[in-house]
Amino acid sequence: MSFAIKKQGEIVVVDVEGQLIVGNRQELKQRVLDELEKGERRFLIDFSQTGYIDSSGLGVLVSLSKKIREQGGELRLANLNDDLKTLFELTKLDTLFQISDTKERALETF
Amino acid sequence: MSSPLSFAPGRVHIALELEIPSDVRYIERVVEIVARQCAQFAYPQRQTCLNIPVALSEALSNAILRGNGDRSDKYVQVKVDVTQDRLILEVLDEGLGFNFEECLQDPTEPDNIEREDGRGLFLMTRLMDRIERFSNHGNVIRMTLRRHD
Repeated sequence: MSFAIKKQGEIVVVDVEGQLIVGNRQELKQRVLDELEKGERRFLIDFSQTGYIDSSGLGVLVSLSKKIREQGGELRLANLNDDLKTLFELTKLDTLFQISDTKERALETF
Repeated sequence: MSSPLSFAPGRVHIALELEIPSDVRYIERVVEIVARQCAQFAYPQRQTCLNIPVALSEALSNAILRGNGDRSDKYVQVKVDVTQDRLILEVLDEGLGFNFEECLQDPTEPDNIEREDGRGLFLMTRLMDRIERFSNHGNVIRMTLRRHD
């Protein structure tokens, strides 16, 4: 997995490229927490380049959502393909996260 | 990318055995190998991009981190048997095994949904048609997936 972090206005956008799985999810978690520590409060994770996510990847997203909310912030997700949407529906995590079809839609509604 | 092979139904199967060090960094490569074999038999994309990668990743992760106690001096064996009709995966670790039913909680219940853990076995059972656990000189998880068009 590799990811790119950039700011669009007041929103930190994280692009996840590749798989989000047990071997690499800690890195994503730490990078987002570093931005949270710096005072950032709005986060969008873009999955348009993401392959599959395992349970530990889902766990990191849950953990980040909690920590960001505790700091008064918000985490949103965008560009889940059909397979990833199925994963979120199976685990009912689609009820926990705000998920947008496109990055633009997510940015507009922050 | 090569097109799927055309085999006479029921005539051909691919059988592989892999052994990897007990290290989560090998998971992606194993998944890639297995998914590629299934793609050769024209398994649908949903199965090669979701069911198989996620279920196999979970099984390998459990084998490495729990079965083998995250010890890099141990190994995990993977046996793959794929035909046009079904895929059978066996993941063997060097541990003592566990009670599958006892570890299976429902992560979708309101009390569990905000937990960071507890989704691995659940996903395996939802994404594979059959899960079995047995001991055979170590702990074995066998997963079966029928090819669905």
